[in-house]
Amino acid sequence: MSELMQFLLSGVTVGAVYALVALGFTIIYNASDVVNFAQGEFVMLGGMITVFAFEAGLPLPLAAVVAIAVTAGIGVALNKLAIEPARGAPVVSLIIITIGASIFIRGVTQLTFDKQLHRFPAFSGDDPIQVLGATILPQSLWVIAGALAVFVGLFFFFTRTLTGKAILATSNNRLAAQLVGINTNWVMTLSFALSAGIGALAGVLVTPITLTSYDVGIALALKGFAAAMLGGMGNPKGALVGGILLGLFEALTAGYLSSQYKDAAAFVVILAVLFAMPQGIFGRKSTDRV
Amino acid sequence: MKTLTTTALATLMALGLTTAASAEIKIGATVSATGPASFLGDPEAKTLEMLVEELNAAGGINGEEVALVLYDDAGDPNKARTFATRLVEDDEVVAIIGGSTTGTTMSIIAVAEDAEIPFISLAGAIEIIDPVKPFVFKTPHTDRMACEKIFEDMKARQIAKIGLISGTDGFGASMQAQCKAVVGNYGIEIVADETYGPQDADMTPQLTNIKGAEGIQAILNPGFGQGPSIVTRNYAQLAIDLPLYQSHGVASDGFIELAGAAAAEGVRLPGTALLVADLLPDSDPQKAIVAAYKTAFEAKTGTPVGTFGGYAHDAFRILTDAITRAGSSDPAAIRDAIEATSGLVGTTGTVTMSATDHLGLDLSAFRMLEIKDGGWTIVE
Repeated sequence: MSELMQFLLSGVTVGAVYALVALGFTIIYNASDVVNFAQGEFVMLGGMITVFAFEAGLPLPLAAVVAIAVTAGIGVALNKLAIEPARGAPVVSLIIITIGASIFIRGVTQLTFDKQLHRFPAFSGDDPIQVLGATILPQSLWVIAGALAVFVGLFFFFTRTLTGKAILATSNNRLAAQLVGINTNWVMTLSFALSAGIGALAGVLVTPITLTSYDVGIALALKGFAAAMLGGMGNPKGALVGGILLGLFEALTAGYLSSQYKDAAAFVVILAVLFAMPQGIFGRKSTDRV
Repeated sequence: MKTLTTTALATLMALGLTTAASAEIKIGATVSATGPASFLGDPEAKTLEMLVEELNAAGGINGEEVALVLYDDAGDPNKARTFATRLVEDDEVVAIIGGSTTGTTMSIIAVAEDAEIPFISLAGAIEIIDPVKPFVFKTPHTDRMACEKIFEDMKARQIAKIGLISGTDGFGASMQAQCKAVVGNYGIEIVADETYGPQDADMTPQLTNIKGAEGIQAILNPGFGQGPSIVTRNYAQLAIDLPLYQSHGVASDGFIELAGAAAAEGVRLPGTALLVADLLPDSDPQKAIVAAYKTAFEAKTGTPVGTFGGYAHDAFRILTDAITRAGSSDPAAIRDAIEATSGLVGTTGTVTMSATDHLGLDLSAFRMLEIKDGGWTIVE
């Protein structure tokens, strides 16, 4: 019993990390249909900038705010310098641009900071919390709470606010959105800033658990992307559920089957889901009302 | 920035844009200064540059200056092969140091053997020197030796049943295989065998299973990078009351910092004298060598010295010692001199090579270390 509990807690911890990355994917996808493969780099930047600002003497909360703000700025720059000039290019080209951007960001980070692993202290200490014979670290609760908060925030943003709806409208049909008076350039800038900020927040929350270095973004982006696909690309609910499910699959496979098959089992399940439900669990219907 | 300058300089040298003032001995190197193995290659590159500077300032070898042609293969075996070929054909070096990883080493071996140029590898796998290849040598201990050192210590503590949790990266997988191959010689049984991905964030499921294995007395974690730090943290989180052994892959101060001093308390691992330079007794033959390297490296780079830079240090010392003794820069003569290396004290141990042993280290080169109060102690 306590073993199952431990597997579940591990799954939720890891799943919340994936969910946070997946949530970052949602916004840019919603605005532009582009899957931003530099999302993992935003997470990495959140962690790395916080580490170096913290080591430079800033208090941790301030360092985190600086990291989120700088990363949001980098997100805007990415949009202005790389995505916007290529407007009109097919979505695939834009996706390739984001892959290029991720390699570039990784390279610059490696030169500006260093190539070592880093971490900063957990927000509420390292004393494990006992839950039904199993244990969870306080930092995991921060990550879970962070994922839930971002989810709720995004949910209301997309369904209740005019700006959120403008983003969805832009995604649906850029020309039509412009015709009804939406400033689509501004929408794109905003979505890159938001997405980068959320990525950086994820980096700040997960670094005490996962550690950070210039190259952690690739693996995080891959798992976050898988989680987003599982839940349904572009849907915050899908990102959250997809992330947690992916974490649980991994933990339960490692616990009950074999840790050798952990990654494989998770991807087999994702493939199975996508065969049965090509849009993911909460994916948008493919028919659009015009 | 430093790496970039180095690479640019190396390229310039390769293109022949910088011309040497006097007669010189050209030594080639290709290491993974950037890329996924940069934590190996970066200190190696810095060490080689530093040692060449030092050597030339002290008058070079037998009055001749040494020129280093250094390439960054970024951990890519294809690039390593290209650079090795370039070193041999265009740069006409007398010997090659490098191959930060086993993968890049393997592709350099083919080139060095064909061209009959001595090659000293900085990678761990036992396949590099077993079977012996005429022109190939290496400086790091093999992972099999690390396993043997750990099992010796376990045997001394009367531990008979252990759990293995290994990384699935090249290092972890190779050491896991080597440990399984020699564990029987020590009367130790592996009762749990788990793995984790190199970028995994949580290993509590695997550790929970190991903890529950029947009769288990200790846990061994072959792996490097972030994995072992997270394993150590999870091990503390689950309050597992068993001795935890890590590999030489994490033998650095950074490990204690990443894992947290409290979680790492009592962790044992085989490390080199370099890590505990300050703790060595004055009578220790390695004391002077490691202290000199540590001081110079830390003064020059501002970063703490590590095991990997030490491998490059030893390779350079073995090579320059051989060239000095050979009294010529003919590759065949250098090869013979390297093979005749005897009692050369390096950072990883005292090297005595032979025609059948191109590593030249024994188990005494490893020190069993234990982390106490956030620092290293030597277990005797």
